This record gives sequence, structure tokens and C-alpha cells, in this order.
Amino acid sequence: MTFRKTAILAAATSVIAMSAASADTIKFAFIDPLSGPFGPSGEAAYTSYQLAAEHINENGGVNGDMIEVMGYDNKVNPKESLVQFQKAIDDGARYIVQGNGSSVAAALIEAVNKHNARNPGDEVVFFNYAAVTPAFTNELCSFWHFRFDAHADMKMAAITDWIAERDDIKSVYLIGQDYVFGQAVASAAEGQLTEKRPDIEIVGNELHPLGKVKDFTPYIQKIISSGADAVITGNWGADMQLLMKAAAETGSDVPYLTFYGGSKGAVSSLGDKGVGLLHQVSEGLTNLEASDEQYALIEEYKERFPDYDYYYHRIWNVMDMFKKAAEEAGTADPIPVAKALEGMTIEHAYGTATMRAEDHQLQQPLYISVVSDDVKYGVDNIDLGWKLVDAGTISMEAAEQPTTCEMERPE
Amino acid sequence: METIVFGLLNGVSYGLLLFMLSSGLTLIFSMMGVLNFAHAAFYMLGAYFAFTITGSTSFWIALFIAPVLVGLIGAVVERFGLRRVHPNGHVAELLFTFGLAYLIEEIVKIVYGKTAVDYRVPDLLNFAAFELYGASFPAYRIFVIFIAVAMLVGLWFLLKRTRAGLIIQAALTHPHMVGHLGHNVPFIFMMVFGIGCALAGLAGVMAGNIFVTDPAMAVQMGPIVFVVVVVGGIGSLEGAFLASLLIGLLQNFAVGINLKFAEIFGFLGMTDLSEVGRISVSSLAPVLPFLLLVLILIFRPQGLMGEKEL
Repeated sequence: MTFRKTAILAAATSVIAMSAASADTIKFAFIDPLSGPFGPSGEAAYTSYQLAAEHINENGGVNGDMIEVMGYDNKVNPKESLVQFQKAIDDGARYIVQGNGSSVAAALIEAVNKHNARNPGDEVVFFNYAAVTPAFTNELCSFWHFRFDAHADMKMAAITDWIAERDDIKSVYLIGQDYVFGQAVASAAEGQLTEKRPDIEIVGNELHPLGKVKDFTPYIQKIISSGADAVITGNWGADMQLLMKAAAETGSDVPYLTFYGGSKGAVSSLGDKGVGLLHQVSEGLTNLEASDEQYALIEEYKERFPDYDYYYHRIWNVMDMFKKAAEEAGTADPIPVAKALEGMTIEHAYGTATMRAEDHQLQQPLYISVVSDDVKYGVDNIDLGWKLVDAGTISMEAAEQPTTCEMERPE
Repeated sequence: METIVFGLLNGVSYGLLLFMLSSGLTLIFSMMGVLNFAHAAFYMLGAYFAFTITGSTSFWIALFIAPVLVGLIGAVVERFGLRRVHPNGHVAELLFTFGLAYLIEEIVKIVYGKTAVDYRVPDLLNFAAFELYGASFPAYRIFVIFIAVAMLVGLWFLLKRTRAGLIIQAALTHPHMVGHLGHNVPFIFMMVFGIGCALAGLAGVMAGNIFVTDPAMAVQMGPIVFVVVVVGGIGSLEGAFLASLLIGLLQNFAVGINLKFAEIFGFLGMTDLSEVGRISVSSLAPVLPFLLLVLILIFRPQGLMGEKEL
């Protein structure tokens, strides 16, 4: 099975490369982990970009030009990312896509800002599809950075609204990864819970190192003995999967409200014990009502990359919005494309999305879903999948958060 | 009280897992003087083999076959690789095993893919053994403890109470003498290396389903194994046992402690307002083994039970 996958991947890449040779190519540099504990997170996104680019290329490309997505393995290391960034620039990339790790995104935003200031005429633009520290579209906002995922405060608002409605939840435990993102999640949770439900007690606020913990059992036992009624976590990748493994083993039976419960392996780790307990907030959901086209896409993805599931819906938003912006601008040059993206609205499979011009934060409806055994599409190659909870749709307006961004724009 | 009980239980089960993993390394070092950087890679192979064998037969067969397979691979590596490198000295051996670790990882990636495989705890042991303070303790972990103890006893018996053990020990200090007595010393070394690798493989079989079986598992486990071996005293089986338990307990207890530095060192005038004061003991847990490593190297370079200095 894996041999076949590799063969298909290789074939796919060569098809892209071949078709790319005939027209001009627009080079996207994908800088994310492609090996190590977070490799699967990166790989799932990389394959999504490739499929999205392939579809665009098959339909005539962007203004007749072909998109090429090149992968650069950064091992979720900011320093390594800067090396890869330089390599990508040397390879002719004009668009950078990255998402895994806000520490990396922060380094890349700074690198892109510097590069563009020093190399007028050779600008690059950074499409952030998953690094959700709010600062990137607030105090650290940049004209060169666009974020297509809802940021931590937006997702947390969805979670805390859900908790606020549940009177049986009297205490909450926060656990997260100890870096800029995990800290942002914890402070958002604390702030918003105090505001929305002052009676809720935060019985634990735990940060653990990113990608270093093997055995989460002691953490889960702490959660159990704290008597928490619900757990909020921003964990992703292996940290999410191992947390769920320990939760399943230890028999923790409280709701887990997560940003990235969709991380590969998390659902299968928890198994039946996750039904009705493991929740996530996302911008899309394979089990929502959608067009036949979308169903076909989900199935095509699964068939091409059987190890992964269609999870990164926002990557299709990135590519569709890029295509639309480049066609409006009549060119794939970064500055006109960036200007065309500002304020742009698209209709995607699960709603409308608008790129807010003020801070380059995509505004979109969010969905709270829970693991269920009654779904059209399962994940992790088992029958369990994500199902929308009652009143789990958060409209674009409700999900919107204010920004403090004051952006400098090029002439 | 809960903290102490849980800390003990988890500490012992995690510590024993570490022991299974590091005993092979320390065995190989004490017998052959080879610091095997590829040890964690053999651990990974154990987990992957167990996954494959479990898929086609059952976990119980995998429990026996997978370590044997890993041991055979280890023996082959020793016979056709290490033995040829050996005359070039320890640095060459070190570099050889270093390269081997990468090689194994890449091969695993090609054969099994880059993502984790779904290697599960067998259904027979997938239940809660008992419940304490609302949290259950999985039966599989008790099984792990049982296997680890059995392994320790078996190893001790083999080395200290059998003729084979005597010859192995003699070959370590007086290889020529043992050779002259008619024993095949290179064969003994091959066996020792194979057994060491098999032990790593056994650890992989046991741990691969508790944690995650993916190509990164070797790299992640590598450092902690070396910490165990160095803290215990390089080459000392008893030391490795003590150090594994110590590290397991230390890490698990630390997670349970919510105190912040400001509260511990409050008498020195440290407050919650300073960066350092806000660090909690539990957030330091994963770093503690490495702190221990540094302290041991400074104050007791031979390790807890070791005889040789590094």
C-alpha cells in the first residue's frame, strides 16, 4: 500500500513537473515538517497543496501559468526554516506557504519582511494556512502575510461560547504546548472564560514542551484528579495523538475541546471512547452537506493519499483565492496579487470567506464537531468521523474578532 | 496521596520500559566496548516487526518472533559490518553505528511510509486492571512491568549463573585467553550484539503500541537511552536498572508537582513577577533527565554503579 502511495506521489510530482515545463511556472515554497514527529502533519498539508495545484493546472492554470509546489523540510525549527526560506528564494519561489508552528511562522514573517525591504522588485508573499497565534494579524501584522486559518482567539471564542451554554461544566483544565502558540491558547481561554462564565473555575493550566513528551499518562491523571468537567487544548500533531492515547488508557471521560483533534491518529487513538467527547473547531468538515464536486474531491484525496484524510480544507481556500486574485490582477506578481487579495470574498464548499483587508485575517464561518460513529466519512481509516454538534455553526460575523493591526502598505 | 501513588505506578512502568530499552545498549557496551548509536533504531525495528507480525498472526507470536528477528539482524550487522570496522578503533565503530541508525530509519520510511502505523495493544490486555481515585491503570502496563522484571531476572541469570555467562564475562576481559581455551570469541561477540539488539527489539514490541510507532520513534528515544546508560554507569546492568527507575520516577513525580519556583524559593525573595519565578516544576519534567545527566557527569563521571570513567 505504501509502495503504491509513493509511486503515485512520484507520478503526480512528475506530471506537475512535466506540465509545468510548457508554460511559465508560479513557484510556491512549502516550508513545513516533512519528517520527524510532526512529519505527518506536514505531509498531509503538502499532499493537499499538490492536489489543489494539480487541479488548477489541469484546468488551464492561473492566467495560463502553471503552479508548482516545492517542499522544504524545516523540522518545525525556526532556524532551519530560515535556511529553507533562503533556499526557496534561490529556487525562484515567490510565494511561501507554511502552517505548522507559530514559532516558525513568526521567524518567517520577519524574514519575509526583511527580504522584501531589501529586495524591491523581488518580493515574496507568505500564505499562512495554520499558524494561529493572534499576534500575527494584530501587533505583528504585515502586508506580506495572509492568514487563511481562524486564529486562536477566534477558535477559542467558539469553544468558550459552547462551554458557556453548558451549565454542567463547572471547572475546566487547560493543557498545551509550551511555546508562543500554546501560551496564546491558554491566555485566550483564561480571558474569555472569565468574561463569559465567571463561575467556571480553571483547575489547571499546564504547559508541556513541544513534541518531547512520550507518555501523557501523568498529565491525564492530573486532569482526572483535578476533577475538571472539560479540557481545552491547542495540541496538534504527535502531542495531540499521544494525549488522546493516554486519555483512552486512563479512562478519562470528560469532553476534550480541541483546535486540532483532527490531527492524524488522534481519533483512532481514542477509539470508541472519543465518541461524544472529542471536539474540534474547524473551517470545514467533510461530513457537512456539500456539493457532489466536494464529495468527489474528498474521495479523490483519500484514494490518492490513503494514509491521510481530507482535513486541510483551508488549503483549497488558499489556492482558490490565489487563483482568483492573480486573475483579477492579471499577473502572478506578488504585490498586485496581495493587493487583489485584500477584501476578496470567495464562496467555498462550506461557506463564504472574506480576506479582511485591515489585517489579512480570513473571516469565515467555523464549525464545532464531535467524534461520532454515524458519519459519511470516517478518519484514520476507521468508521469514526467528525459530526457537527447541535448549534455548532458559528457564522462569519460571530467568529469575527477585532484587530489592532496598523499595516504599512507598499506604494 | 494521589500524586504519590500515580507517580509511583507510572514511574515504575515507564522506568522499566526505559530499562528494557537501555539494558541491551549497556550489555553491548560492557561486553564489546561499542557504544551503539543505532540501538534506538533496533528498538524501532522491533515495534515495526511486531506491527507486521501482529497484523498477520497475533501479538503473542510477535512478542517472541519480533525480538528474535531484530536479534538476527543485529548479529548480521555485527558479523559483516562491525567486525570489519573493529580493527579501525572505537571512533570508526561509533561512526558506523551512527550511519547505521540513519540507514535503518530511511529503510523503515521506504517500507512502512513516513506516518505512524496503527500498532495496537492486544485486545486481551486492553482493559483497565484497576481503578484508583477515578483513573484507571491499564492492564497492558502491568504486563510491561512483568515482562521487564522477567527480562532482568533472565539476563542476570544468564550472565551470572550459567556457563555461557561465565565465558562471555571472561571473553570481555581476557579475549585471547578464552580464545586459546577453544572458545570462538568472535562468535560470542556476535551473540552478545545480537542479544543486545533483541532486547531493544523486545522493548520496541512492548512500547510501540503504548506510544506511537513511526519513523521518528528512534530519534526521540535515542537521547533518553543514553542518559539512562550514562547515569547508571556505562556498562553496568544494575546501574541501568537503577537509573531507569530513577528517571521514570523523577519525571512522573515532577509532572505531578504544581509548585512554581516562586513558591519554592520564595524565601530568597523570588516572586511570581519574574520570568524564573513563574516556571513550574511540572513544566520542567521532560528536561529533568538531562539535568541529571549533566550533574552526574560533573560529580560522578563513572555513573551510579559504573566502574569505568568516560
